[in-house]
Amino acid sequence: MTGSDDAIALDERLWQAAAAVLDPEMPPLTIADLGILRSIDQRNGNVVVTITPTYSGCPAVEMIEAGVVEAVTGAGVEAERVRVERVLAPAWTTDWITEEGRRKLLEAGISPPRSLVANSVDGGEVAVTLARAVTARPRNPVGELACPRCGSAAVTELSRFSSTACKSLYRCESCREPFDHVKEL
Amino acid sequence: MSLPSSMSLSSMSPLLTYVLRLADDNLIAAQRLGQLIASMPDLEEDIAVANVGLDHLGQARNFYQYASDLDLEGRDEDQFAMERDEREFLNATLVEQPNGDFAQTQVRQFLLDAYQVPLYEAMTASADERLAAVAAKAVKEARYHLERSSAWVVRLGDGTAESHERTSRAVDYLWPYAGDLFHRDDVESELVAAGVAVDPSMVRPSYEAVVADVFGRANLAVPQDPYARTGGRTGFHTEHLGHLLPEMQSLYRAHPGATW
Repeated sequence: MTGSDDAIALDERLWQAAAAVLDPEMPPLTIADLGILRSIDQRNGNVVVTITPTYSGCPAVEMIEAGVVEAVTGAGVEAERVRVERVLAPAWTTDWITEEGRRKLLEAGISPPRSLVANSVDGGEVAVTLARAVTARPRNPVGELACPRCGSAAVTELSRFSSTACKSLYRCESCREPFDHVKEL
Repeated sequence: MSLPSSMSLSSMSPLLTYVLRLADDNLIAAQRLGQLIASMPDLEEDIAVANVGLDHLGQARNFYQYASDLDLEGRDEDQFAMERDEREFLNATLVEQPNGDFAQTQVRQFLLDAYQVPLYEAMTASADERLAAVAAKAVKEARYHLERSSAWVVRLGDGTAESHERTSRAVDYLWPYAGDLFHRDDVESELVAAGVAVDPSMVRPSYEAVVADVFGRANLAVPQDPYARTGGRTGFHTEHLGHLLPEMQSLYRAHPGATW
């Protein structure tokens, strides 16, 4: 085994460890399921874990960072060599929630976010000269929002905000149960 | 030891001043919304003000963290928020206006949202990558805020005689302070030329279009008086900020550097 194979094996082991950290506000989901975990690099003898917050004011970020340090330390890296970096760009989107993450949300009775497509109203005509300006264009959810329990699409929004900043509250008109929906962002 | 505000202001780079203006708008908006937690008319609104406030606080922190990297005095985000006095705050006078009744709270929020959405949209193309990154995150939140506050303004303005009357009064009261959002001075000019800052006059057409549309649906007249109560961007505030700050800062100042 060469040195670079060792490095790859370590990268993989560290990724697995960090990827298993649970989101404190949606415990069935890991930070990898949510797409919060962006990368793990070995730089100048340090292990740099890059994460991106879901919302600017997400109160779970500090706890996630502590969880990541603990996990990477548990995988055999000394705590003083672990650094967690927060990046804002590209901005997190609910499209980064994995299939596994969506399955876990449904299992927990939470309606997963729908996928987003660029708003066609301005999409066709506006010439975007700067690549970064693309992120400024509003995108709309496609598909139906359905009750996670009975699958009915007859649902009513009760509140634009729910148990956390990233969810809104709905009621199913078929089975009459209230449920959380992860807002498309 | 902090410098007297006038010295402190003049020793700041235009970029730092600009970033603090952005940060302070959000911090003061967040503090106002925070004051409403546990006193809104229903549970859903209570959760909503808390969440919108949290978004503004998060945006403020992202700007303060950048300001900290730019600051020659090396102040951190807590020091910017908690150790500056009234004359050093650079928010527009709109956001410091009191919560008043429910109509006043929602109209104030709506005017801020209608300004922040086009502001952040334009800022995602800033030549300054840090500002572009913070804006790319914030714009999604601002859009959601605007949807909600627009819906409330329409519902209140186009509601009962009482809600219409109160909402009209809120618009008339807040209008001159909203004008402060578009104040531009030398700090911005150089940064606008460099493609770093967003020219407030470029934001204004979008803002006015949204206001005209929402007020139209809400049966509210768009005030025609062009008078704007400016000054917030250079630290000249209304009396209300002087009451807000001690409430926000007293704990930190009694226990400097405390964490929990």
